[in-house]
Amino acid sequence: MPRYIVEVLIENKKTIRDPEGETICRELINKGGYDSIKSVRVGKLLRMEVEGSSEEEVKELVTRMCNDLRIYNPVVHSYRVEIRGITR
Amino acid sequence: MRVAVIRFPGSNCDLDTVFVLRKVIGVKADLVWHKNFKGDYDAVILPGGFSYGDYLRAGIIAAHSPAMKYVKEMAREGLPVLGICNGFQILIEAGLLPGALIRNTTLKFICKWVFLKVKTTRTAFSNLMKREQVLKMPIAHNEGRYFIDEKGLRELMENDQIVFTYVDGEGNETPNANPNGSVANIAGVCNLEGNVVGLMPHPERASEAILSPYGSDDGKLLFLSMKNFLERWM
Repeated sequence: MPRYIVEVLIENKKTIRDPEGETICRELINKGGYDSIKSVRVGKLLRMEVEGSSEEEVKELVTRMCNDLRIYNPVVHSYRVEIRGITR
Repeated sequence: MRVAVIRFPGSNCDLDTVFVLRKVIGVKADLVWHKNFKGDYDAVILPGGFSYGDYLRAGIIAAHSPAMKYVKEMAREGLPVLGICNGFQILIEAGLLPGALIRNTTLKFICKWVFLKVKTTRTAFSNLMKREQVLKMPIAHNEGRYFIDEKGLRELMENDQIVFTYVDGEGNETPNANPNGSVANIAGVCNLEGNVVGLMPHPERASEAILSPYGSDDGKLLFLSMKNFLERWM
């Protein structure tokens, strides 16, 4: 069975301030001379290898897992599931 | 009366809490490894610490411990359930309390004594306090910024679920008195029934005057309220 590389990206919802991203943008990037970079949002990336017979099946499984186990907190986070390729 | 303090891998305020229950409050208290907890107690406390190294999100992995099934049963039966600091994070991640606890707006781990205002005395852990009473207790956390959306906040207010807020010495909920960016200065909340309470401050570190730089033993009131609740209503 093929093994897919799946990435889950978790970040704060747009309406929720991300002080870590703001600080990185202001104190590191802008002060370091990169003025055209206007905002940064920090997230968490979970890269997984998932066995399955199709992209759709794998995506459905990972999405279900994220909701079932509260991999993200729906009160504050948004999340995205992306297929990044096949390992074999 | 038997109270359980659950130890998760990474709990580090468990022994302090057991000590206060036994020596200061005078109730039978057991330290219970989370995998051995079966809920056969009159009350349960989830102590502070860094369960599972705060991996993924503070409290989320402990929230999936088999112990939480029994904590949920106790909560449903109306028994006192308290979450302190990381324990509060666990109760939220387990869905026993509303909202979320996220990174402090300062991005700093904050360790200091703060003033709290008692917002409701109807809970299992605040029934010996007075409404609007100002308490002094320490906080020590990195993810203590309480968040809930506007609708959720309205519901908390309407249902009298805000238990403690951060205030200045005069009891005013000012932005300066808010150490971590919590919505509405919230430091602690309860469930609808008032038997499940979570708070970021550490009452177990403020239960003996000799251990406080300010001579405060205000934290004792939480545990005495729990004892009172069990004696009077259970």
